[in-house]
Amino acid sequence: MRPAPSLEMGKTRIQSGQIHERARQVLADAHLQEAYRSSTLRLYTHRLQAISELPGFERLRERAYALKREVMEHLDYYLAQFAENAERRGGHIHWAATAAEACAVVREIAEGAGAREIVKAKTMVSEEIGLNRALEAAGVRPFETDLGEFIVQLSGEGPAHIVAPAMHMTRHDVSKLFVTHIHSEPTDVPEELTAIARRVLREKFARAGLGLSGANFAVAETGTIVLVENEGNIRFSTTAPRVHVALVGIEKLIPRLADLAVFLRLLGRSGTGQKLTVYTSLLTGPRRPGEDGPEELHVVLVDNGRVATLADSKMREVLYCIRCGGCLNACPVYRKIGGHAYGWVYSGPIGALITPQLLGLESARELPFASSLCAVCRDVCPVKINIPDLLLQLRSQAQEQVRAPREKGALVSERTLMRLWAWAMKRPWAYSLGSRLARLGQRLIAREGWIRRLALYPLSGWTEGRDLPALAPKTFRERWKEMGKQ
Amino acid sequence: MNLAARATQPRVALFITCLVDQFFPQMGECLVQVLRRLGVEVTFNPAQTCCGQPAFNTGYRREAREVAARLLDLFDDADYVVAPSGSCTAMVRVFYPELFANDPERLRKVERLRSRFLEFSEFLVKVLEVEDVGASFPHRVAYHDSCHLLRELRVETEPRRLIRAVRGVELLELGDHQLCCGFGGTFSVKFPEVSVALGEEKLRAVAASGAEYVVANDAGCLMHLAGVIHRQGLPLRTMHLAELLAKRE
Repeated sequence: MRPAPSLEMGKTRIQSGQIHERARQVLADAHLQEAYRSSTLRLYTHRLQAISELPGFERLRERAYALKREVMEHLDYYLAQFAENAERRGGHIHWAATAAEACAVVREIAEGAGAREIVKAKTMVSEEIGLNRALEAAGVRPFETDLGEFIVQLSGEGPAHIVAPAMHMTRHDVSKLFVTHIHSEPTDVPEELTAIARRVLREKFARAGLGLSGANFAVAETGTIVLVENEGNIRFSTTAPRVHVALVGIEKLIPRLADLAVFLRLLGRSGTGQKLTVYTSLLTGPRRPGEDGPEELHVVLVDNGRVATLADSKMREVLYCIRCGGCLNACPVYRKIGGHAYGWVYSGPIGALITPQLLGLESARELPFASSLCAVCRDVCPVKINIPDLLLQLRSQAQEQVRAPREKGALVSERTLMRLWAWAMKRPWAYSLGSRLARLGQRLIAREGWIRRLALYPLSGWTEGRDLPALAPKTFRERWKEMGKQ
Repeated sequence: MNLAARATQPRVALFITCLVDQFFPQMGECLVQVLRRLGVEVTFNPAQTCCGQPAFNTGYRREAREVAARLLDLFDDADYVVAPSGSCTAMVRVFYPELFANDPERLRKVERLRSRFLEFSEFLVKVLEVEDVGASFPHRVAYHDSCHLLRELRVETEPRRLIRAVRGVELLELGDHQLCCGFGGTFSVKFPEVSVALGEEKLRAVAASGAEYVVANDAGCLMHLAGVIHRQGLPLRTMHLAELLAKRE
């Protein structure tokens, strides 16, 4: 078992440079490379297959974009409508402005219910607010019941992927982990591993006084929480314990129940290539006589940076995300560096947008730059978020608002370098002079048309892993003069 | 069709990108050769420098705007501007409108230029309506879709049609879902570890296809891939589409 990265959930700052350190570790680990490569490729090709079988997929995406836009432009209205309808059906609504407030609300509900143990469905918001640590500190034990989350809880890691938290592990890794932590017999058979987890979790489900979930969608019209999953653990978490808490990021709102017909068709296909996930649960208030469900239902509406994002008319689009994970699977960078390198709970292209929005750009300055801007993420996004454009927007904000650390091997700051560059590019004589000086300079370092090593940034970065062709003896503009007119 | 025989060929102002000017002037020369063979009158204004993309992609919009504004002025009266790069063409057509969103006067210039600014393969197929430029090259080549050309400009079939029309060539498809080669402009020096790893993956796909040459329409991708090939001593070669279309082997 590789040492687990000490990823702290609920933290508020990502250390500068750590993405490179983690990326290098993952790149050097053939085992991790294969785990990420095979899993992302499988999900990506399943998605391709699924959407090829659904005519009008593009129209669905456009509809989803329009719906999310409508919600975000009028979020106050839809939140109020949701809260009113949820309360009318007997649910309790809580508002949490920060991670700490959200944790406190859950802790108080647990105390009120007398729950010492909580069964948790997979929820990214709970990772984001650092709920497990907060609960443990208060003497309440949270048990992850999603198989992937169960695995990463044992290994002490955060989720490696938005929908597949244990994507970085193979079944052999999982077997070893189970042997160490729950003293099971070693086995590489997925069904047997699942059975082991199931046996452990059954007992937790039976005992827990409280169930906790996130929400994939919250329907304003009806006050309904919608949860999609494949394992049945979410339905179990919402029905077995007496009390249920749903942690809902305020961007999860959709206007009407009928809009689910748009979003559910997009979500499963984009995430895993499924037409629908195995279970889709709709929770509207606590149980009524003759029905399943919790006796007490709480909905915690979490802001934690979302309102600030909403205030930025351009970056607002980040809130359209329905957390399908499709952009992670498609992203060449994510496939190479994996989820943990992004330093927080959300990873991949969308994580590079969400994290600086929620933690603040000064806490995650490098993330918007961790993309080649190939735009495959925009093409797969089920709600048509223009991810590369937003990354560019954030890069611009980063340069304006947050001072960059000096790059290794740089004589001057990047800003000064760019100013010099722009100055020369505006003056053809300076451009030509610069190119002549560079040709003189390269005589010292170029061998047979190539430069193998250069300590000076930005060329130091270039020559780290590849050679640099030498500048041509004559530029095009010089050769043009000799080419003759037609 | 015989284009040289057409009564009026459009006049083309070249935009030779800074990478081509400095590192790969032969790509620009081949571009001129191919266009002249087709009877196109080609001009080159030596006052041009760069489109501003390096600054724009790194978040320095003010600097990008200053450089971009020059390009707008230089090419304001050209019939067509043709560039040997999908990336720089995307910069003008897709990102200039964003860059000058708050400058109505320049935005009008951008609008005038957008429909006339074309990437090389696009210009040949869409404007000149030519596929066979009379080239021959008896080798196995794989075409790499550069991301800006593919996903910003949606130019996908044009380069392939041009390559298939080259006599003797065998065009092989890469089985990697048109994955990025990892260049990414300043990404290549900010995240060199990831950039190189992606380049290696691209070259594995090229090798697996059985191709001898990897052909692309962007000097950035080609410089990156050639750099990895040279460092690792791989038995592969890079080539710009303009170089391929100028071949008569």
